[in-house]
Amino acid sequence: MTTTVANGVNVQALLDAREALKDAPEAAQFVWRASSTWRNGVHSTTTVKEFYGLGEERAHKSEAVFDADHPEVFAAEDNGVTPIEYLLVGLASCLTAGVASVAQNRGIQLRSVEATLEGAHDIRGILGVDPDVRNGFNDIKVTFHIDADASKQDIEALVAQSQKRSAVFDALTNPTNVTVDVA
Amino acid sequence: MIERGEVANSWRRERWDSFRLLTPNWQSRLPGLAYEGPDPDGYMTAKEVTQFVEGFAALTRAPVRTGTDVTSVRQSDDGYRVTTSHGEIACRTVVIASGACNLPSVPPFAEAVPPSVEQLTPYDYREPGRLPDGGVLVVGASATGVQLAAELRRSGRPVILSVGEHVRLPRTYRGRDVLWWMDASGVWDQRHDEVPDLARAKRLPSPQLVGGPGRTTLDLNALTSMGVELVGRWAAVRDGHALFSGGLRNVFSLADLKMERLLDTFDAWAGAHGPDVGPPERFEPTRVPESARLRLDLRGGEIGAIVWATGFRPDYRWLDVPVLDGKGRLRHDGGVADSPGLYALGLPLLRRRKSTFIHGIEADAREVIDHLAGHLAGREAGG
Ligand SMILES: Cc1cc2nc3c(=O)[nH]c(=O)nc-3n(C[C@H](O)[C@H](O)[C@H](O)COP(=O)(O)OP(=O)(O)OC[C@H]3O[C@@H](n4cnc5c(N)ncnc54)[C@H](O)[C@@H]3O)c2cc1C
Repeated sequence: MTTTVANGVNVQALLDAREALKDAPEAAQFVWRASSTWRNGVHSTTTVKEFYGLGEERAHKSEAVFDADHPEVFAAEDNGVTPIEYLLVGLASCLTAGVASVAQNRGIQLRSVEATLEGAHDIRGILGVDPDVRNGFNDIKVTFHIDADASKQDIEALVAQSQKRSAVFDALTNPTNVTVDVA
Repeated sequence: MIERGEVANSWRRERWDSFRLLTPNWQSRLPGLAYEGPDPDGYMTAKEVTQFVEGFAALTRAPVRTGTDVTSVRQSDDGYRVTTSHGEIACRTVVIASGACNLPSVPPFAEAVPPSVEQLTPYDYREPGRLPDGGVLVVGASATGVQLAAELRRSGRPVILSVGEHVRLPRTYRGRDVLWWMDASGVWDQRHDEVPDLARAKRLPSPQLVGGPGRTTLDLNALTSMGVELVGRWAAVRDGHALFSGGLRNVFSLADLKMERLLDTFDAWAGAHGPDVGPPERFEPTRVPESARLRLDLRGGEIGAIVWATGFRPDYRWLDVPVLDGKGRLRHDGGVADSPGLYALGLPLLRRRKSTFIHGIEADAREVIDHLAGHLAGREAGG
């Protein structure tokens, strides 16, 4: 079944990794990195290239550069998307990757996977208008449109399993310890 | 047979006052002993289970040495040396039947809960009246958690239930007890060497079921209707606040979808076998709360007690044979442990999906004891 399905995910490699890492928790420790530089105003540039994993330093094929800024309604220059929008980028791409991997593993051929995301944000929090309003998103809504050789129920199960295994879904829905130091 | 307490010790000492089995009476069967009372579709109290197990011990004249604690089992030249509170025993083989649920599992962040909140496990809990005044946070929405949440809510207390991944089941389906379906359709007979992901299947939590008159369903919708407040999986304690996961919807979806797949399996089986049952049913999806709380101030007085219904684990502190994995679980293949002559029974999915149920151990025991007899006879038995 799986051999006839081509979603472009090497599920065998993932299953092999899962087996190999079962008894090697050290090798499973990854560190992802990003470095940012302030440009001007609220504009900054963040680059991502190196990471650590499987016991050694590694790097992406090329460096990725992300500009973040605020929109003009915030009296900024809009040189890039708002930082909180990067969370939506992370969530969308993580859940989509999950859908593709789970579909491959379950022998489901995908034809298209589109997701739209909306994060509801009350900016009175960041502006300090009301201490009862939080700074971050109040709610995030993700809507998938998936065309695949599968029943509605199987597609719903794909999306549910992709959330269950998603790094970014977990990072957004569960608390994480964050340490911010000045070097 | 060595028993630290009395026969049926776990049913005497480790169950709350209102406890009833979630398996129907007719399913409580041991080799040569079946339920013969007036209510085959009812559910036994802990006292009735105790009497049932006692009856079996008498019937089989089981050579039980009660009041004898095993404090160590170690390998010897030709088998094992068992140290007990009443002396040592040398034996060629040992069957570990000490239970899968000796200790309640409680997450490490329980230590960070402020001391003003009383913490209980299902083994400390007896009945609502013994809890301090105020609301109760029940953690875990499997069989124990949903049962205790319902009982506490009925006593008039505000109850918050923290819900992680769970197994939703209706009490009855198409006119039959849902556990009749598990039995009849063969789902419970699925073997350990057939289940696709054995490690995951072993971790499957108990189903949201309660045994009681009226055969009512006790899923999350039932609890919501009773006024129990649902929150996500408890993830951490920070500054005296409990922080809950925002992933509640997805654990609902996973459980709803999994239940539907199971009901599809039942329907397919019924289509092929034509049992005398009602028409197929489908159930309302789990209702998502308007906005589930993400944090709860544990110092604010809203909550007087926490009940940890977060599962159980075996206690192997007495086992001095290197057969435990990194997480303290027994390494075994279908009850045959990784040390010659050492066996286990009564663990999750030991050989079948029904392995941890009273009626499920019989078939496992036959196969495990076959292997044991082969070992004693000096042959390598298969399976
Ligand atoms: C809350 C709860 C609800 C359950 N509900 C159901 C249900 O509805 N239906 C169902 O079929 N099953 C139910 N079960 C599962 C049930 O426990 C098993 O079906 C069955 O009781 C297992 O029997 P056992 O003999 O393997 O283990 P246990 O009943 O746990 O017996 C193990 C015995 O070993 C003794 N022991 C342990 N360590 C030592 C030692 N070091 N030295 C000497 N003696 C020792 C203990 O005192 C105990 O008597 C439930 C379990 C729990 C925890």
